[in-house]
Amino acid sequence: MKADVLIVGGGLMGFSTALHLAMRDTRCIVLDKDSPGRHASGVNAGGLRQLNRHPAEIPLSVVAAGMWHHISDLVDADCDTRFPGQVRVAENETDLQSLEKRAALLRSLGYQHEEMIGPDELYRLVPALAPHCTGALICRSDGYGRPFHALDAFRCKARALGVHYRSDTRVDGVVQEGDEWRVNTVQGEFRASVLVNCAGAWANHIAAMLGEPVPLKPGAPMIMVTERLPHFIDPVLGAAGRKLSFKQMQNGTLLIGGAHMAELDLVQECTEINWHKLALSARSVMTLFPQLKDVRIVRSWAGLEAFMPDNIPVIGASVTASNAYHAFGFSAHGFQLSPVVGRILSQLILDGTSELPIDSFRIDRFADNRS
Amino acid sequence: MKQHYRLAVIGAGPAGLAAATTAAEQGVEVAVFDEQAAPGGQIYRAMESIPQHRARQLGDEYQRGRELVSAFRASGAKYFPETQVWSLNARREIGLLQQGQARAVTADQILIASGAIERPVPFPGWTLPGVMNAGAGQILFKAHGIVPDDGVVLAGSGPLLLLLAWQYLHAGVGVKALLDVTPMMNHLYALPRLPRALLAGHYLTKGLRYKRDLKRAGISTLHNVRGLRAQGKETLQAVSFLHNGREQSLETAALLVHFGVIPHAQLSRVAGCRHVWDDSQLCWQPHLDEWGRTSIDGILIAGDGGGIGGARTAEHSGRVAAFQALYALGALDRTARQRLARIDRKWMREESHIRPFLEAFFRISDDMLQVADDDTLVCRCEEVSAGQIRTAVADGHRDSNQVKFLTRCGMGLCQGRQCGEAVSHIVAAASGQAIQDIGHYRERPPVNPLTLGQLAGLHSEQTE
Repeated sequence: MKADVLIVGGGLMGFSTALHLAMRDTRCIVLDKDSPGRHASGVNAGGLRQLNRHPAEIPLSVVAAGMWHHISDLVDADCDTRFPGQVRVAENETDLQSLEKRAALLRSLGYQHEEMIGPDELYRLVPALAPHCTGALICRSDGYGRPFHALDAFRCKARALGVHYRSDTRVDGVVQEGDEWRVNTVQGEFRASVLVNCAGAWANHIAAMLGEPVPLKPGAPMIMVTERLPHFIDPVLGAAGRKLSFKQMQNGTLLIGGAHMAELDLVQECTEINWHKLALSARSVMTLFPQLKDVRIVRSWAGLEAFMPDNIPVIGASVTASNAYHAFGFSAHGFQLSPVVGRILSQLILDGTSELPIDSFRIDRFADNRS
Repeated sequence: MKQHYRLAVIGAGPAGLAAATTAAEQGVEVAVFDEQAAPGGQIYRAMESIPQHRARQLGDEYQRGRELVSAFRASGAKYFPETQVWSLNARREIGLLQQGQARAVTADQILIASGAIERPVPFPGWTLPGVMNAGAGQILFKAHGIVPDDGVVLAGSGPLLLLLAWQYLHAGVGVKALLDVTPMMNHLYALPRLPRALLAGHYLTKGLRYKRDLKRAGISTLHNVRGLRAQGKETLQAVSFLHNGREQSLETAALLVHFGVIPHAQLSRVAGCRHVWDDSQLCWQPHLDEWGRTSIDGILIAGDGGGIGGARTAEHSGRVAAFQALYALGALDRTARQRLARIDRKWMREESHIRPFLEAFFRISDDMLQVADDDTLVCRCEEVSAGQIRTAVADGHRDSNQVKFLTRCGMGLCQGRQCGEAVSHIVAAASGQAIQDIGHYRERPPVNPLTLGQLAGLHSEQTE
């Protein structure tokens, strides 16, 4: 099968890239070893967060936020998005100082979307919060969406624009012959002039095939969800001194994440909840919302994701091969960036340049410490 | 409770009791975790406390449990009643909840003896108050002597339904009708399996005796019933159905349904054991070898949790698995394991003769399994209908997990226990795939409710 662009990985990055290319009349095939959004894209916590991003990600994140606020213009569905803001609370003087430093950094970079609020406004916004907090950093235009719904919307829109999708099509090898990529899969050979690697936790396999392996480390952050409760909190809540992400979804359930990692087996592609670590998330919730003690946990799970040593992704052209591009390693905060990353890749592929600065995400930045 | 045991047994029904007794008698330290307050499982529930007259009403098969329970009590096995298991993983770590305290214990060998659950089959009106599973009705009767006081309609298929009708008859409950939904064609398919079933003729005799007693008492049994529908506004008021081509209706405030039993496989699933589809028993089963070993080293399964075989088979398979566990622990050598298991294997063979016949005779129709009516709720927790599932399939979602992600089907408090099987059937039929390829929901722990406070208080030495 032949197309202009072959995209490896049927997650959000892959479909977003395919969608943006298809919008500019480029024929794409998305190859996936499983089913759409089987791993991180389908099961992440759905945070739409600009708050506390790495400085290199801020320009992308700000543009992405604008795209999410009008996401139906792009994919004809709202992806269940809500924008009640995200807050990062301080529980002591040290927390407060680190948040103030962060706010100052943002101002110095010329951004206004993160601001400090004092206890009065914090408790007005989150009256249910335990009384010991001293302030918070807030991004009022942040929010959350439902990942699998977003994935489905991107997939359906891409399909409507003519993108082909192949599930159960694991890539075994890639060869560039002249101007053409030949990609060998368990379902036969695919050919295209451009190759894109959006393979998530497995992206290093593809990068290695291109001769540019990276020190990617797969990880599986754990999430738990509770029974439904009456509405009691609007913003998504994190804490300066804790690994925690806490939100009440539209249906009343609480989604509690916090980047504590499950045990994982990348070969079997399965994860196993580490209860001793998940208990740390529960303890954080008990400190911040002790009234939730008797709320029942309904499910817990972990999605397989790619982590980079510096916790920012690889986005950009291959340095070893022509007409090959990467977007992976989002280190558990890629959901929010997905619309803009697809647009950036489409610009790199079709225009040879991106509207946004992506130099920090070069694949060869690890050249000295390859694993 | 200790942090580590040599052998941990989950469940105190016939399989778990037999296994624990066997292991303890060989001098191996064994802990038994069970959610009930007393040993016996579902089948021998309340064995130690039941009044004599009620025990008699339950029949002689129930009485069999007495010996099993007293041998267990005398064996020296450590017994932890009222202890819920909410997690199990491949590293043989068990998440327990005892008197509100969450704990994690490990074991060298773990035997899952979780038994069976009733096959949930959604049909129009099944979520109305007044509609209940026959098994739940039997539990109320065994444990508390509670029976429907205003009469009852029984509907569905399988030996338990017949047994419950007979038990109710003896307890003086007004059984208004027994509606048998098994298709007539089943008799044809079951016939070739009858000669082998005759080798275990006592079961057939017992079944025929129950039928005769019901008939003599004037209880009408309607066969080949289709289109079962529970009706009512707030609660159940009537049951309607098709019989002999005629639409009929019975007024009743209580409807007890039963569609056979399937392995209670949540723990083996959450641990990651391999499961296979069994088309004769119409259910997912953990893949086991002849010793009850799963695909995970050190995790074994005995009894109905490994495939439906009934209470007696459970007892024998519990002992066989115990011999394997003892062998793995170095408490028995290979020859002894072989020799000791021989007698139990013989009994298991005897018991197995009846199964193919029963499975063919009581097989539920595809129409019911696939929830033909689009408006029927399949997931009652998240209120997802059969039609919504079929729409998701039409939109390109081709396995149970994708349908779950999109529709929230199976994401409620029951953890998909009620809808998992039906979703497999519906997705397979709607997408034209084999049910083995559809898969079951990936099990997401905790498999039993656990509160945030309990998890926060998880007692263990491994905490960071």
